[in-house]
Amino acid sequence: MTRELIRDLFQPYLNNEYLEKESDAAILQPVTGKIAVSCDAFVVHPIIFAGGDIGKLSICGTANDLAVAGAKPHSITASFILEEGLEKSLLERVVSSMAREIKQLDIALIAADTKVVPSGLCDKIYITTTGIGTVIPDLEQVSNGKGIQAGDRIILSGTIGDHGAAIFCARYPEHILTTIESDCACVYPLIEMISSFGTGIRFMRDPTRGGLATVLCEVTEKKAWGITIKESLIPVRNEVAGLCDLVGLDPLYLANEGKFIMVAAESISNEILTALRSHPLGKNACEIGVVTRENPGRVILETPIGGTRLLTMLSGDPLPRIC
Amino acid sequence: MCLSIPAEVLSTNSNMAIVQIGGLMIQASLDLVEDIRVGDYVLIHTGFIIQKISMEEAEETKRLIREIENLNDAP
Amino acid sequence: MNIVEALLFAIRREATQPVRLMEVCGGHTHAIRKFGIPGLLPGTVSLLSGPGCPVCVTHTGFIDQAIHLARNYPVIITTFGDLIRVPGSDQSLETARANGADIRLVLSPLQALTLAQTEKSKQVVFLGIGFETTAPSVAVTIKTALERGIGNFSVLSAHKIMPPAMAALVNHQPNLDGFICPGHVSTITGSAIYEFLAQDHGIPCVISGFEASDILESILLLIRQINSHQPKVEIQYRRAVKMEGNLKALEIMHEVFVLRDDWWRGLGIIPKSGLIPDGKYAGFDTLQRFNLPEFPDTGNRGCRCGDILRGLITPPECTLYGKTCTPDSPAGACMVSSEGTCQAFYRYQN
Repeated sequence: MTRELIRDLFQPYLNNEYLEKESDAAILQPVTGKIAVSCDAFVVHPIIFAGGDIGKLSICGTANDLAVAGAKPHSITASFILEEGLEKSLLERVVSSMAREIKQLDIALIAADTKVVPSGLCDKIYITTTGIGTVIPDLEQVSNGKGIQAGDRIILSGTIGDHGAAIFCARYPEHILTTIESDCACVYPLIEMISSFGTGIRFMRDPTRGGLATVLCEVTEKKAWGITIKESLIPVRNEVAGLCDLVGLDPLYLANEGKFIMVAAESISNEILTALRSHPLGKNACEIGVVTRENPGRVILETPIGGTRLLTMLSGDPLPRIC
Repeated sequence: MCLSIPAEVLSTNSNMAIVQIGGLMIQASLDLVEDIRVGDYVLIHTGFIIQKISMEEAEETKRLIREIENLNDAP
Repeated sequence: MNIVEALLFAIRREATQPVRLMEVCGGHTHAIRKFGIPGLLPGTVSLLSGPGCPVCVTHTGFIDQAIHLARNYPVIITTFGDLIRVPGSDQSLETARANGADIRLVLSPLQALTLAQTEKSKQVVFLGIGFETTAPSVAVTIKTALERGIGNFSVLSAHKIMPPAMAALVNHQPNLDGFICPGHVSTITGSAIYEFLAQDHGIPCVISGFEASDILESILLLIRQINSHQPKVEIQYRRAVKMEGNLKALEIMHEVFVLRDDWWRGLGIIPKSGLIPDGKYAGFDTLQRFNLPEFPDTGNRGCRCGDILRGLITPPECTLYGKTCTPDSPAGACMVSSEGTCQAFYRYQN
């Protein structure tokens, strides 16, 4: 079964000079500079949602992990676990999505593997990836944020909560009539545009599971500085805000798959925003807060009425509520 | 308790309505209310319309609060 | 000066003596913390959180009953998201689901009914929590089940009504100067249910909306009642609350449900405070259908949810708070529910 799948489905869409060789390992040409490597597993349910599917997510998500680490995506590996009985058309859709993203990013799928498990042992498809990228000079510091200092600005590349809201709506199609599209996209083109700012960019991360609040809390934990953000400056799409109001979700904690958060020096913040906004993916980019000497180790949210509250890490997945 | 939010009624059909909250549209039951029309603002809770929102009262609340503002601003 | 500034200015000017105001609505707990209101009020105004979160007042036995059903019968348990992480005596619904129990989240009781129509070989049990805001919706669902002859649907009810609990509160907690009354319960019940608090106990009551300006205006109105020694029931949330409430919803609620004595975490047994299906709808009561035993409330050692719900202590005064009891590993319902006082305190900490 596996051999047929590879021959009939995977090869037509994904074949290239590496996979053609059908060897146990891909041999790559040497690259100059440092290498970034990322690893991720994709188990999203449902596997098809407005704005994407698990295939698109696996490529964009992997590429984004590299991009926010300051690396240009170079190649990717993908391992598939398939549930026995999975409809061929569904699998074809996922694989063709991956092929499209791979082509758009101009990267290579250098190794792939497929296993089939009995029905009920996995939720249709799981995909595990490894991403390889080449680190952009002067952006090495962005994954650890060691250069963050008081006065730096917090920049968000666009609206928050879109992906989390899209997945939620996909789980309740009979109740929610509006289609909310995921923001699933690769953010590397934006990062390439601003890469010349070098060490003025202190930190970047993509706010996937756990959302914006979780990333800010993670980077601030145990530091000698704090972060203050203004709720009124955080962009949220109308339909995402409506969903959150309806079912009691908080957009600050919903997943994003086509956005990043950046901490940048105050002196370059405006230029970065101008550059980001010139690209369709960054049209809603905005500055939402500042790194402070006060409240070290804490993330403070200023509410629209001038009050404050402490942002904490999310425990578990966000849940809808009636109370 | 009781997360319940304002929504605008877009259409009604038998005992169900389609309502809009921000940019989101959902179905909601009319079984707990009477005399709901398209364009009304209503409260939604667990898939039911539980009360109509009075726009006159909403305006009145705003007016009273503006009175408090004026009192505070007065020398 | 904008609305919020104007209201805060007036509150600071008029709150000349210390006042303790209790809200009994999880939505208010949430909104007050979300807007950062406590930090903006003068030191003379203390806001207490009472038993306004239906999840927090539900005893561990209810969760245990649901898990017992899921493990021993071919049932699908349907629940609102609020309950999924509440700890029972042994585990939560979420843990039970991870261990194979068929437990599904729904956004409406009607979803559970639709599920019963599609999954004809199983019994669908809906976990009914919520006060008077929610009970009428569940009542309509039960009525619809009877009308359509959907025999594999039932409700395990933890529904409760507010007034007996508020009466119990004023007996336990004499040091209370005013109530911020629930906004959405009141859209159903109307304002008369609070009259006994003002008339018999001399406690000012204001029914509040959920915007920052609503809550601040309600606080100001309470302060004015206190200062003028004229306790009464006022409706601040006039755009949604009528004096008579929603008569149709009340009628349906009382047609389907009957009152019984019920256990409230922190308050003990309160007579005629719980709702269960009765009369021709009694067959839709899960307890009857499955002949379920009662499961006692076990509570965790050291957990002081009860005292917190009665406004006697604040969360940091509980020895478990922030140490063995956190949102990640809650010891009691007050920390699990996002409306719970302890979680709201932990998350908003202002």
